[in-house]
Amino acid sequence: MTSQTRPNDTVSAPAMSRARVGRMIVYGAVGLVGLALLFAPFLFPDVRSQEVAARICVFVVLVASYDLLLGYTGIVSFAHTMFFGLGAYGTAIALKNMGPGADAILLGGGAGVLAALVLALLIGMLSLRVKAIFFAMVTLAAASVMMVLASQLSQFTGGEDGMTYQVPRIFSPAYKLLTDADGKTLRLFDVALNGKIALYYFVFLSSLILFLVMARIVASPLGTVLEAIRENELRAEAIGYKVVVYRTAIFCIAAVIAALAGILRAMWLKYTGPEVALSFAIMIDILLMVVIGGMGTLVGAVIGVVIMSLAQFYLRDLMEIAAEATSAIPLLPDLLNPERWLLWLGVLFILLVYFFPAGIAGTLMGKGGAK
Amino acid sequence: MSDAILRLDDVHTDIAQYRILHGVSFDVPAGGVHVLLGRNGAGKTTTLRTIMGLWRARKGAISFCHNDITALRTPDIARLGIAYVPENMGIFGGLTVEENMRLASTTGAFDDERLARVFALFPAMETFWDKQAYALSGGQKQMLAISRAIIERRELILIDEPTKGLAPSIINAMIDAFREIARDTTILLVEQNFHFARSLGRGATVIDDGHVAWHGEMSELAADEALQTRLLSLSMAEAS
Amino acid sequence: MNALSDGLSRFGGVYPLPVIIGVVALALIGNPSTWVTLTVAGLAMGMMIFLMASGLSLVFGLMDVLNFGHSAFVSFGAFIAASVLAAMGSWLTGSSPALNMIALLAAISAATAFGAASGWFFERVIVRPVYKDHLRQILITMGALIVAEQLLLAIWGGAPVPVARPAVLEGSVLFGNVAIETYRIFAFFLGLAVYVCLYLVLNRTRIGLLIRAGVENREMVEALGFRIDRLFIGVFMAGSALAAMGGGMWAGYQGLITPALGAEMLIIVFIVVIIGGLGSIEGSLLGAILVGLVANYVAFLMPKLALASNMILMMAVLLWRPYGLKPAVMG
Repeated sequence: MTSQTRPNDTVSAPAMSRARVGRMIVYGAVGLVGLALLFAPFLFPDVRSQEVAARICVFVVLVASYDLLLGYTGIVSFAHTMFFGLGAYGTAIALKNMGPGADAILLGGGAGVLAALVLALLIGMLSLRVKAIFFAMVTLAAASVMMVLASQLSQFTGGEDGMTYQVPRIFSPAYKLLTDADGKTLRLFDVALNGKIALYYFVFLSSLILFLVMARIVASPLGTVLEAIRENELRAEAIGYKVVVYRTAIFCIAAVIAALAGILRAMWLKYTGPEVALSFAIMIDILLMVVIGGMGTLVGAVIGVVIMSLAQFYLRDLMEIAAEATSAIPLLPDLLNPERWLLWLGVLFILLVYFFPAGIAGTLMGKGGAK
Repeated sequence: MSDAILRLDDVHTDIAQYRILHGVSFDVPAGGVHVLLGRNGAGKTTTLRTIMGLWRARKGAISFCHNDITALRTPDIARLGIAYVPENMGIFGGLTVEENMRLASTTGAFDDERLARVFALFPAMETFWDKQAYALSGGQKQMLAISRAIIERRELILIDEPTKGLAPSIINAMIDAFREIARDTTILLVEQNFHFARSLGRGATVIDDGHVAWHGEMSELAADEALQTRLLSLSMAEAS
Repeated sequence: MNALSDGLSRFGGVYPLPVIIGVVALALIGNPSTWVTLTVAGLAMGMMIFLMASGLSLVFGLMDVLNFGHSAFVSFGAFIAASVLAAMGSWLTGSSPALNMIALLAAISAATAFGAASGWFFERVIVRPVYKDHLRQILITMGALIVAEQLLLAIWGGAPVPVARPAVLEGSVLFGNVAIETYRIFAFFLGLAVYVCLYLVLNRTRIGLLIRAGVENREMVEALGFRIDRLFIGVFMAGSALAAMGGGMWAGYQGLITPALGAEMLIIVFIVVIIGGLGSIEGSLLGAILVGLVANYVAFLMPKLALASNMILMMAVLLWRPYGLKPAVMG
C-alpha cells in the first residue's frame, strides 16, 4: 500500500489563483449581504422588505444547518423542516397558552429544541447505520407523520390554520425603544426605533451567532472527521472513528440549530402554521438553497438563500411578463405562469446538480462539496 | 512471443484517487496454468479486474487473442471467451446451483458432455443441483464458481485465490480438478498458497507494488528459495 | 425475539402476518360483515399500492437506484387515466358492459404506455448520468419530482379532477349480507394478475433469472457476459409502467384526484418498500397488503390515528427487522 499516491496533489498555479479570486468574490458577496441585513431596517424600510430580510436571516441558519448534514457529512435527510417546526410550534404553543413573556419563549422553545434533540437521537441511532437511501426514506416518512400530527392535533396546534399569538411587549411595534423629548418614538433616518426594530435585531443577531457557531463547528476537529467520513466511510471506520456516533452527533446538532431557527421564525411572524414552519415545500426550498448556494461551504447557504428569496419575488414578475408576451401560443403561457416559478427552478436545480454539483459558492471557490 | 493468449502492455490502473498499477506488462502463453503471485495489496486482484474491464486502465493496452480489449465493456470481454472467478466467488446465493450454471451458458441450454464433465470433476454439483447456492459449504461454493467458468468452453479463465479459506484435503482435490481443466483451456491464477501455485503453474509472474517484479518459469522460482523470500516475503514462503 | 422469529419461520415465515393482523382486527371490530368490507377494501388498496411499489423496489434492487421521482409516474398515470375516461364518457357510462370495460382498459393502457415511455426518458436523461452517486441521485430525482408536479399543475390545473367510473363497475356485489364494491374486486384481481405475471417472469424466464441474479450481484452478471444496463432500462420502464397503471386504478378508486396525489403516494410507497424490504416483489406485495389492511382497520377503529398508522407500522417493522420483512438480499 506504500506507493498508493494521490494524483493531483499539487494544483496548478493558475487554478490556485482562480480559486483565490473566486473566494474573494464569494466572501465579498456574503459580506455585502451581511451588511445589507445589518442595516436592512434603514436601507429598506418598507414592510415587505423587512419580512424578506428577517426571512433571509432565519433561512440562512436553517439552510446552513442542513449543509452540515448534506454538504459536510453526506447525509440526506428530509426531516429538517420537522425540527424547524418543532422549535416554531413549541414557542408558538407556549406563547399562546402562557401569554407573551420571555418565560413562555424559553419554556416552549426549550421544549421544542429538546424534542428535536430526542427525535434526532432516535432516528439517528435507529437508522444512520444503514444506507444513505434508506435513511432518506425514513426521514421522509417521519417528517410526513409530523405534518399529519400537526394538522390532526388541532386543539394544540391550530390544525391547518395554525395559530397567531403575541410576543413579549419589548418586541411589539407599539413599544417605544427610545423616545424623543416629546415622549414619542425616536426616529433615526426616518425609521421609528420601536419594538419591531428590536425584534429584527434580535433575529439578526441570534442568526449571526448561530451561523458563527456553525462556522466554528465546521473548522473544529469534528468537522474534519465528518469530511473524512463523507469522503471514505470505510477508511474512516478503519482508522478508528465510530462513524455512526459522529453521524448521529452532527444530525443532533443540526436538528437543534434548526429548532432554534424555528423559534426565531415563530417570534418574528407571530404566527405559526404548517405553511410557514412544517410543510414539505419548505424542505424543498432548503434543498434548493443548499445545492444552488454550494454544498459543503456554509457560506453557500447565504448565497443560496438570497438568490432563492429574490427569485421567489422577481422570477415571478419576469414570468408574468413572459406569459403575457406568449399568450397567443398554447400551453407556453401556462408553463410561464408566475405560479409555475418552481417548475423553472426545478429545471435549474437539475442542471445545476449535473453540471455544477458544487453550487455557486463551491464552483467559485474551487471547492466541491459533493463529488 | 506470438503464442501469447493474453498480453498486458504497460497497464496503469487507478482506484478512486489511488494508483494501484503503474505499468504492468506480461504475457500469458496459451495453454496450462499461469500463476500471478505477490504480497497482499501488490495489485494481483486489480490486474484481473482490469483485464475483465471491471476497472479501467488509465494507460496501457490489454490484448486477448490479438484483439485489443482495453476499451471493451465487461460483457463483451466475457463474450470473447474469458471467464472470471472473483475472490468472493460471485455466487448467486438466492439462485439454485442449476440456475447459477444456466446463467453461465450463453444460450441457457447445457451441453450434455460438458455437464457430465463438470459432474465428474465436482460430484457435489449434481447432488445439490436444485438447492439454493447459499446453503453450500465454502468449498462447494468455490466448486460451483469454477463449474460456472467451465460449463462452456472458454479460451481463458481468470481465477482469484480459489484456495482461500479451504481445508487442505479440498485444496488437493482442487489441484486435480485444475489440472484436468487446464487440458483444454488457459488459466490465469492468482494465488497466495505457494504449494498450490507450484503444483499447477507452468509460468509465473510476480507482482509487487503495482509493477512486475519477476516473470519466468514456475520451476525456476520453485527451485530458488532466496528468490522466493525476496519476492514473496514470509507470507508466501511459509506455505511452501 | 429469536423465539418469535423461529416460530414464525415454522409457519411460513413472515407471510402469515396479514392473516394475523386480519384475525386481530376481527376480534377488535366484532362485526363480521364490517370486517369483510374493511378487509376487501384493504386488500384492494394494497394491490393498487403494490402496483406502484413493485417497480420502485425492483429498480432499487437491481441498480441501487432510488427514484424519488417514482411517484410522478403514479400521478401522471392517474391524471391521464382520468382524462381518457372523461373523453370516452359515453362508452364509459353506457349500458354496454363491453364498451364500459373497453373504455376503462383504454384509460389504463394509456396510463401504462405513458409510464413506460416516460420511464425510458427518465432513465436515459435523469438517472443514467448519476449512477453510483447516491447523493446526486436523490437530489436529481427529487428535482425531477418537483418539475413533474409543476408540469402536472400546468397541464391539469390545481383543482381536483373528478374521475368517472365505468358503469359496469359501479355499485356493489352482495355476498349474503355483505356488500362489496365491484371496483374493489376488480382492483384486487388486476393487482393479483400483475403479481402472478411478475412472479412468472422472474421465476420462469431467462430475463427473470438475469434480474434475480443482477439484484444479488450486478458485477458478476456482467462478468458472465450480460449487459446489465439493457436489463435495467427494461426493468425501469416496466416499473414506471406499473406505477402509472397503479395511478390509473387509484384514480378510479378515489373518484376525485388532486395534484397532491403523487406526494401522498410517495410516502406510502416508500413505507411499503421499507416494510417489505428492498429489491423483492414478494416483499413489496406483503408490505402493500399490510399497509392497505392496517390503514383500513385503523381508519375504522381509531380514525384519529389513521394517517399515522402506516408510520407506526413501519417503525414497528424496522425495530423488528431493520432491513424489512423480505429483502432480496439479506444484510
